[in-house]
Amino acid sequence: MKGLFEDTIAAIATPLSAGGISIIRISGKDAVPIADTVCVTKSGKHFVKSMASHTVHYGFVAGSDGQIIDEVLTSVFLSPKSYTGENVVEISCHGGIVVTRKILGRILECGARLAEPGDFSKRAYLNGRMDLSQAEAVMDLITSESDAAAKASVHQLTGMLSGRIGEIREKILFETAHLEAAMDDPEHYDLTDYAEEFLPLLNALMSEIKKLMDSYSAGRILREGISTVILGQPNTGKSSLLNLLLGQERAIVSDISGTTRDTLEETLSLGDVTLHLIDTAGLRDADDPVEQIGVERALNAAAEAQLILYVIDSSLPLSEEDVQRISEYPNAFRVVILNKNDLQEAFVYEDAKKVFSDIPVISFSSKTGDGLLKLQDLIRDSFYRGAIQEESSIVITRARHMEALSDALKSLELVKDSVMAGMPEDLYTVDLMNAYRSLGLIIGAEIEDDLADKIFSEFCLGK
Amino acid sequence: MEEKRYFDVDNIDVAVIGAGHAGCEAALACARLGLETVVFTVSVDSIALMPCNPNIGGSSKGHLVRELDALGGEMGKNIDKTFIQSKMLGTSKGPAVHSLRAQADKREYSTSMRKVLEQQEHLTIKQAEVCELLWSEVENDNSVNSDNAFRKVITGVVTGTGATYHAKAVVLCTGVYLNARCLTGESITHTGPNGLMAATHLSDSLREMGIELRRFKTGTPARMDGKSIDFSKMVEQPGDERIIPFSFSTDPDSIQKEQVSCWLTYTNEETHQVIRENLHRSPIYAGIIEGVGPRYCPSIEDKVVKFPDRERHQVFLEPEGLYTDEMYVDGMSSSLPEEVQLKMYRTVPGLEHCRIVRNAYAIEYDCISARQLYPSLEFKAVKGLFAGGQFNGSSGYEEAAAQGFVAGVNAAMEIFGKDPLILTRDESYIGVLIDDLVTKDNKEPYRMMTSRAEYRLLLRQDNADLRLRKYGYEIGLVSREIFEATVEMQHQIEEEMERLRSISLGANSRVQELLEQMGTTSLKTAATLADLLCRPELHYDDLAVLDPDRPELSDRVKEQVEIEIKYEGYIARQKKQVEQFQKMENRKIPADLDYDEVPSLRIEARAKLKEYNPISIGQASRISGVTPADVSVLLIYLEHRS
Repeated sequence: MKGLFEDTIAAIATPLSAGGISIIRISGKDAVPIADTVCVTKSGKHFVKSMASHTVHYGFVAGSDGQIIDEVLTSVFLSPKSYTGENVVEISCHGGIVVTRKILGRILECGARLAEPGDFSKRAYLNGRMDLSQAEAVMDLITSESDAAAKASVHQLTGMLSGRIGEIREKILFETAHLEAAMDDPEHYDLTDYAEEFLPLLNALMSEIKKLMDSYSAGRILREGISTVILGQPNTGKSSLLNLLLGQERAIVSDISGTTRDTLEETLSLGDVTLHLIDTAGLRDADDPVEQIGVERALNAAAEAQLILYVIDSSLPLSEEDVQRISEYPNAFRVVILNKNDLQEAFVYEDAKKVFSDIPVISFSSKTGDGLLKLQDLIRDSFYRGAIQEESSIVITRARHMEALSDALKSLELVKDSVMAGMPEDLYTVDLMNAYRSLGLIIGAEIEDDLADKIFSEFCLGK
Repeated sequence: MEEKRYFDVDNIDVAVIGAGHAGCEAALACARLGLETVVFTVSVDSIALMPCNPNIGGSSKGHLVRELDALGGEMGKNIDKTFIQSKMLGTSKGPAVHSLRAQADKREYSTSMRKVLEQQEHLTIKQAEVCELLWSEVENDNSVNSDNAFRKVITGVVTGTGATYHAKAVVLCTGVYLNARCLTGESITHTGPNGLMAATHLSDSLREMGIELRRFKTGTPARMDGKSIDFSKMVEQPGDERIIPFSFSTDPDSIQKEQVSCWLTYTNEETHQVIRENLHRSPIYAGIIEGVGPRYCPSIEDKVVKFPDRERHQVFLEPEGLYTDEMYVDGMSSSLPEEVQLKMYRTVPGLEHCRIVRNAYAIEYDCISARQLYPSLEFKAVKGLFAGGQFNGSSGYEEAAAQGFVAGVNAAMEIFGKDPLILTRDESYIGVLIDDLVTKDNKEPYRMMTSRAEYRLLLRQDNADLRLRKYGYEIGLVSREIFEATVEMQHQIEEEMERLRSISLGANSRVQELLEQMGTTSLKTAATLADLLCRPELHYDDLAVLDPDRPELSDRVKEQVEIEIKYEGYIARQKKQVEQFQKMENRKIPADLDYDEVPSLRIEARAKLKEYNPISIGQASRISGVTPADVSVLLIYLEHRS
């Protein structure tokens, strides 16, 4: 069978880094001959052409001059049972930026073309090897920043999202079919009392979609990290906390209040959970216009934050302003950090517990590191468990999916309006079919003329 | 073949084979466009025959008749002249589901249509069996894809007596007559419907041309002597008080008349028992019938098998006409043996002493898969050869008439060198019908259904003229006068909608009082007349008291205004769906596209696309066996190509 693409593509499929194994992937009708040319055994024989599909072979990659570039493992996946559906060869080498690039260069020299972003997955989709949501999951997988995000992507990759969407669509289609059968064969398909039976089902479908939509913010956390803001009065040790969490000197720390004039941003992983950390200028009525801007930014960041670490200097008495500030962000998950417990405390832990009743308080020292583990555990427990429901491990991670789900929900809401308004049942189908189509867009069961290109242009190289 | 003696009769423009509902429309369309047309029938007495049910219209079929009328067809006018009862069905449902159905006087329907044909200029009726088609091979085939090009050109037809008619185009409307076989239990006769002569030669000629034939079956119930029926045990089904005509050209006042009734009764467990015990003697269950029957117009045997838990099925007794006592037993078509039929029918309340005038029977016949046709209903492989009606694998008078009309019009368009009339799914049921026939793999006789039309809310029976008059006018089958009247009506509708939207009523005590009298809730704030019309319980005429300055408007304009406003949101959303649909329809696939050159198509998709040769991406996406990913491949290929 002829392939959709005449050319053979190649790219480095793993992130380029100094350490670890690198994989170079080749796909297309000449993948095997090209690999055969570049790979040799110890005794200099070419072996790739004689390899069976789905086998791994030990060998070397040699340059055009016969010089060995690296020791490699070569895997062959013949069409159609390969990632792209074409013939695919993967060469695993010892890595290192220079060596990996050299091997790729050698492969390109032999006739392969450097893959464009998304090329491999585009071929996989067009050859029917994966559906759209799976293809998008691949993209998430390679751009995900933490283990939990990777897990969500893996679920999508194995078709869990497709499966769930498929189930919902199936139910919508079943009801539509029933309504339509009743139009044409009213004798055998009666709609008396149908609305009453239909309403609970409709509500169930809507809540299923809502549940998927709710996972979206969680999905965003997974992909981008929990947006976290460190707030507090000047010189309470916010930057020290940041540095401690990061384990490195990132922010300039000094005793002079107002040192941090702008917001600093960092990403850090606490086990499975990624924090997107924003350190802010201390909150005070600053005269300096630059610092003033910093304070404003801090407040803006806090307004959108999902986690607020509020630092209080426990060596000073509690100020009313702190209590006021903390109460301003009821939607965020808040933690009060009673810093400087290594000094003489003016505001003790027990009092803080009383004042902040439902907000967790941690006695802390950014100097000794006391409380750090407790803080990390608290964040992990609260967010990881809260963000990823045990029961719904499907997570919506893409704005495109979110939009389609939201459209589907809107359509079902219109159906509900029709039911409540006592409209004739046949009118339900207009919006039921809209919901069906919106959901179909997620899994590529509906055609959009520019969809494929739109999606695959976002892809990373080598996938 | 060369040795055969031909008697050259005439040079004509169009030969229409068959004078059933498809053939009549095809012949009339061609002759009215000024083409010399001959319509062939095995019996002049069977022109526009209704060999099955005695009615025209019904769910979604009523839509077809009105669309046909809007385009310049005859069926709607003919039923308006000959109906004996009329009823708008589905009025408890939304406007998309309303559908007109009229009981016909069968003989009047047939003779009235025959008169129209006889009086039509340029049209000749000929009683003869067409046995052979004449064609020539195209010599210079320049097309890239030979599958795609015309290899044959039709040149004429030969009748059973050897008479040759040279023609520029031929329209096949053979209905159920080709190699027909009627079955009643073990008894088989080689006749067409109603004991008429079957056409036994044409099939071979078609095969010789490379046309693939298939076998379908359909059936009809018994006709009973009305005097033997006890109607007191049945529920009377009268017609509507105010009769609405099918044709947009018929004045409603001119057709108000006394109507006859139909009668409703039910089968029971005893009936089902008789059927179950004798199922092995039904030709289809005994394996005698090879043809595939319609799922949506099932025999009573099929219903009993398909719905085993049903305690009863509806049975309607419908008069065959005013000229006879015969009653049609709607809902109980059957191919069981004669004595079983009698036993079965006599279990039904009211039919205990029934006498059968004509037995129920199943009929099996040759037809084609319409995949061999373009949406113009021309054969892909034979230039000038068109087909319409049951021959294309459909069922029903209305489906037949609609296709016959399109096939006839397009035969004419080809002779004139004009673009064919291709109606789309978003503008008509006829478009849905033909698209389904030529695009999908229909394994049973295709019956029109409301559910097949995705955009049914826009394709209502009440607005068929607003949708389609323009095409009838462009073709030349609708007069300028009528077309302009339609445009004017559209204008009035829009103006009135605008007016209702602009007139605001304050929530004053007089208004509130009037609303209360109408049985609707009072206003919280000011509202427009259009807002009030959106309330399900209020109708246009109800608002007259609140709207003293309203213009004089026809009932049809008022009806359109009310529907368009009341269902505005739904209509708007359906229009959005249509936009989406049109995007794909407008992505045309070049006729010379060689699918072997499109890389990465799955083998099944490639085979299907080659077979159907779709004209657009939209059509390609509807072919069974072609997946969205295949369509993406095609889209990308077409983009690269251009």
